[in-house]
Amino acid sequence: MRSVSIIGVGLTSFGEHWGKSFRELIAEAGILAIAGCNLEGKDIEAIYGGCMASGRFIGQEHIGALIADQLGVTPIPATRVEAACASGGVALRSGYLAVASGAHDIVAVGGIEKMTEVSTEQAGFALGGAGDQETELFHGATFPSLYALMARKHMKEFGTTEEQMAACAVKNHKNALLNPNAQFHREVSIEDVMKSGYVASPLKLLDCSPITDGAAAVILCETKKARKLCKNPVEIIASTQASDSLALTGRKSLTEMLATKIAAKQAYEHAKLKPKDIDFAEVHDCFTIAEIFAIEDLGFFKKGEGGKATEAGKTGLNGEIPINTSGGLKGKGHPVGATGVAQAVEAFLQLNNAAEKRQVKNANIGLTHNVGGSGATAVVHIYKKIGGKK
Amino acid sequence: MPHSALPLQWRRYPERYYLKGNYCENCKQSFFPARTVCPNCRRKGKLVEKSMPHSGKIVSWTELFVGPFGFEQETPYFLAIVELENGAKALSQIVDSDAKKIKIGAKVKKVFRKISDIDPEGPIAYGYKFKVVG
Ligand SMILES: [Zn+2]
Repeated sequence: MRSVSIIGVGLTSFGEHWGKSFRELIAEAGILAIAGCNLEGKDIEAIYGGCMASGRFIGQEHIGALIADQLGVTPIPATRVEAACASGGVALRSGYLAVASGAHDIVAVGGIEKMTEVSTEQAGFALGGAGDQETELFHGATFPSLYALMARKHMKEFGTTEEQMAACAVKNHKNALLNPNAQFHREVSIEDVMKSGYVASPLKLLDCSPITDGAAAVILCETKKARKLCKNPVEIIASTQASDSLALTGRKSLTEMLATKIAAKQAYEHAKLKPKDIDFAEVHDCFTIAEIFAIEDLGFFKKGEGGKATEAGKTGLNGEIPINTSGGLKGKGHPVGATGVAQAVEAFLQLNNAAEKRQVKNANIGLTHNVGGSGATAVVHIYKKIGGKK
Repeated sequence: MPHSALPLQWRRYPERYYLKGNYCENCKQSFFPARTVCPNCRRKGKLVEKSMPHSGKIVSWTELFVGPFGFEQETPYFLAIVELENGAKALSQIVDSDAKKIKIGAKVKKVFRKISDIDPEGPIAYGYKFKVVG
């Protein structure tokens, strides 16, 4: 397998884009990424686009060809990748494999979701497709309720508190304040979260990531070529993915995500690194409890210690291991198909010292973690800063 | 709604009405709902039909205040993961129970209830829910 690097990134602002359709959003992110590494559309050999539920959100399928068309790069092959909320991460891995295998030298990876053209109820229904229709949704489950079931068990087993979960939201809103592309630019307090009202106990409204429009794109290139083309490539030193049962009832444990643990273990092996070698991470905080699961399952903290570590500020911008410097899904927003790619954009910015006011000092190694559904898919990528052309 | 389709409901009657699942005679594990392949033994597995016990205990629970389509009028309601006496698990609503008694470890038994009535032209969905005993 050949080494693969990111050479350009593009991100739209995240939020409610009443002025832009799906097609304009993905074109904007794609053009930013291509222009960012001084390439032209004709240099791109293939496209992988992550998108979860465009059929339900905007009635549009056949997204691969739509993206190629909008970017003006037909007739290159363009493929949609779907893995619920991990669609972006799996698209990134698909692009990575296409370059690593030698099939292509330069590939564009996009991620997108346009979620605000339907009502909140319809959006909830679309997102429900990430769970098990026949055994979960049928019985009245919602996504917050599935994470609530995991949260309650974690609280019972490890003494995790609602305040500790709230601390994730507080931190991520604080980081989002420093990210111009984030959906939310307002701080929230522990009290605000605690008073925000149960959606599915113990999870409250401010424990949940929002409904968001947005798109992200990265350009991948074989690393030798990347060093010649670009001043600041970021090498992807691990790209791993694991699956678990679609429904929560099929899981061995409700207090961990096995798919995350397995993908992480393989990623650390490939990269020959340990969790303590990671300088910052973007993790999948679709709900605050999910961030606590992630920082434990990725090995940054012992099982059961994630809530306490968050409360103690260990995951803050200047903490032991800064988590979700972008604001995460909670603060930056969660256009589901875009999220996994947007995480890679943040890793690229951090490793190039381009994350402005939220820059992590001495960032050399970054990790991203993207989850589909209630944990049935997990994708982990590890990135390293490398030198390029002078 | 995809999960209110008539053929789907018809095909799931045994599962949803009386907890019909299956059992692998090779590794002795019960599955609910029934599986096509035993994930432990795969080709070596020997799956036979089996009814699940109608009692179990709550593994975890939540109270929903925002329900999905078709459940708006029932909110708030309780949802739980129930571990049946043979170790198989089911996600289900908890009904007819004192809210204070709905907690992790509480013993529950299966009851038969209306699940949803989403499609005005379609069938009403019935199936299992659980209630706390004692
Ligand atoms: Zn078996």
